[in-house]
Parts: sequence; C-alpha cells; structure tokens
Amino acid sequence: MSPVIKRKKDKFSIPSKYMLLILTCICVALMAVTFFTDYSASPLNKLVGYVVVPFQNGVSRIGSWISVRMDELGELRIVLQENQELKQQIDELTVQNTQLQQDKYELNYLRELYKLDEQYSGYEKVGARIIARDSGNWFHAFTINKGTDDGLAIDMNVIADGGLVGRIVDIGSNWAKVDAVINDNSNVSGMVLASSDNLVVQGSLQLMADGVIGFGQLNDSQNRVEVGDKVVTSNISDKYLPSILIGYISEIDQDANNITKSGKITPAVDFEHLEEVLVILKTKQQIKD
Amino acid sequence: MKRNIILFFVILCGFVLQTTLFQALNFGGISPNILIIITVSYGFMYGKKCGMIVGFLCGMLMDIFYGNVLGFYALVYLYIGAANGVFHSIFYQDDIKLPLVLILASDFAYSFTCYVLLYLLRRRFDMIFYFKKIIIPEIVYTIFVTVFIYPCILLLNRSADDVERGDNKVV
Repeated sequence: MSPVIKRKKDKFSIPSKYMLLILTCICVALMAVTFFTDYSASPLNKLVGYVVVPFQNGVSRIGSWISVRMDELGELRIVLQENQELKQQIDELTVQNTQLQQDKYELNYLRELYKLDEQYSGYEKVGARIIARDSGNWFHAFTINKGTDDGLAIDMNVIADGGLVGRIVDIGSNWAKVDAVINDNSNVSGMVLASSDNLVVQGSLQLMADGVIGFGQLNDSQNRVEVGDKVVTSNISDKYLPSILIGYISEIDQDANNITKSGKITPAVDFEHLEEVLVILKTKQQIKD
Repeated sequence: MKRNIILFFVILCGFVLQTTLFQALNFGGISPNILIIITVSYGFMYGKKCGMIVGFLCGMLMDIFYGNVLGFYALVYLYIGAANGVFHSIFYQDDIKLPLVLILASDFAYSFTCYVLLYLLRRRFDMIFYFKKIIIPEIVYTIFVTVFIYPCILLLNRSADDVERGDNKVV
C-alpha cells in the first residue's frame, strides 16, 4: 500500500471559496431550470412532504386546540354579560320584527334575481386545513394539509367563505401550496357581475394593509360600474373557474389615459383569519373538454 | 456526526416553528425570521463552510415550500451564511453583542435583497413604505426573538461539542 492512501487523518475537503462557487452554481442552475421549464421539483416536494409536513400538521393542531380553549375561557365572561344585554334587546326587536316581515317579501324577490351561489355549488369540493404560512413577510402563500394523495392537482381553485382565495401552485403527496389572490405578484382576470365588464384584479402588499385588493384595466366607457358592485372571476381566465366571487368594488378612479379605470376591491374572504378552505376538484382545462 | 444530527434537527425545528407558531404570533402581519438567526449563528460559530451549508439548506427548504423559483432563497441565505463565517475569528461564546449586531445586519441585508429583487424590479418604488411596513418591523421582531433563541442554540452546540471532545479526553 502506498503511504498516500494510509494517511487517514487528511480527510478530503474543499476550500471554502470553491464550495461557495459550487453551491452558487447549483443555485443558479436550479433557478434557471425552474424558471425556463415547467419542472417543479416533484421528488424534492415528495421528500420534504414526508419530513416537514407531519411536524407542521402536529404543531398547528396543538396550536389551534390551545387557541380554541383560550377563546372559550375568554368568551364565557363575555357571554354572561351579553346575556343580560340581549334580554333587553329582545323587547326592542319584537317591535322591529313586525316591520321587517313586510320587507321580507321584497327581499325574497330580489334574492331570486341575485342568485350567484348556485353557480358554483355544482362543483365537487374538498375541505382542507391550513397548516403553515409563508415563512417570509413578503408574500401571502400558505400550505394546506392535502395533496396529490387526496386528488388535488396544480391550478385547482381554492375558495373560502364563498369567495376566491387563490389557486394551488405547488404540490406534494400530502401538502399543497396555495397562492392567495392578494399576493403582490398575483393577477386575476375578473368581471363586474352587473355590467359584464372585464378587469384585472391585482394583489398588492401596500393595499393589503388596508384590507383591500387593487384592480385595473377596467374598460367602462358608459360609467355603468359603481361602488358596491360584485366582482367575480371572468370566463376568459385560463386558471380560474368562471363566476367565483372575488369581492366588492370599494373605490373607482379614472386612469390618467382617460380610457381605463382602476380602483380597489374589498375581498369577500377574510385573509387574516383563514383556517379552513375548500378546494374545487376541477381545473379550468378539464371543464373545456 | 452528532453535531450534524443536531444541526438538521435545529433547521427543521426552526422552519416548522417559523411557518406555524411564529405565524400565529405575528404582530401586524409581521413574523420573525428564525432561519436567518440559525444561519447567522452557525456561520460565526463554526466558520464559513458550516454557515454556507446551513444557509443553503435553510434557503432550499424555503424555496421548496414557498419560493417561485428553486434556488433563489438558497442563494441569498448561502451568501449570508458565508459572509458571517468571516467573523468566526472574533467570536466568543459569552459575548452576545456580536451575534445581535450580525443578525441585525444580516436580516437587513436579506430583507433589502428580497425587496430589490422581488419588488423593486416589478416597479414597486415606494421604498419608504416597505421599510416602515416590512423591513424594520421584521428586524426588530427578529432581534427580540434572538435574545431567547440564540442562547438555546449556543447551549445545544456547547453540549454537543463537549460530548465530542470528551471522547478524546484523557482523564
């Protein structure tokens, strides 16, 4: 045996500057591959799914259990107080009730005209729980506890509270990443329900602080769109199913070009307190067939 | 070997806590950056190489779950880990000032890079807003959490090192 092999203490090691170079190259290569192709690292997704997701699942379950208990304790005191106030209110309400019954007939009639929910109750949906949120503060994405094993796939739409939350952009066998429509880099093609005018709903971190989403490129030459109008996903979007409620217009401004309008939308979903969501088990592409 | 297992465990814990517990404990939508604490700490505790690997792993984990392209966060964390490795020579275990300053600087560098590459390039020019709303609160919160987490990491590694050194000890 040559003495070179015998020296066991000299372990093979790379100087740190070469290691930095190699790792940098790996990163750049990965970025290039994922940016220019559709390759979405499915083996890696699967691997981390088995390592990380069970922990996240457990921790978030414990967390929600504790928060529910805390809420219960806090609520008990409030409930007792409320009970007394409510008894007084009952008297007042009985009077009001008679008046309201008259309005009810009118309401029923209007509701018939305004039936939107029916349109997407036909889709098959599956419930999922949010188990983790984006680790950074820049974007609004979250992980749900179902994946390909439960029949989910990329591009499936996610809803909650009867409104659009986002869509699945990345998936593993037991988890899926959902990108919210309020994300700064999200653009959704939408439509004003009343006038069928198309617009683009643009998420923005700046507007998120006020609890609204921005919209733009609304072509409304006849000034038919008003504050309070419903905005739904449009039928020309290639990722989102048509007629899912996004929110209500809260502000409209004329753009400087005098042709299009932009403004703000109050979303139908409370993104701050999302815990459970529904995933529609159909993608837009499937429906076309 | 034992150190590597602990390292893996620390990264995993950090990521899981950051995405669950600390998201629930957010202040005004801002949560602390645990992964940067881990990367920076390992960087100056064990030198450039260790910092690089830890940074790469942390960033990769973030990329797989929340990145748009694979490798972006890995690259950012990689360089932060490597840069902190430079300070290995002036690191003393009892000194908490150096870690705090380094973590503060690193978190700022990380946030600023994110802002420039992910926001500024998409013509989001209101720099003051993003500083006030995201970067500064994140740094403050991260520094606050560091005061509690850094001693834990230190303790964990000290005990691991003691065991490794103990094998060679002649009593």
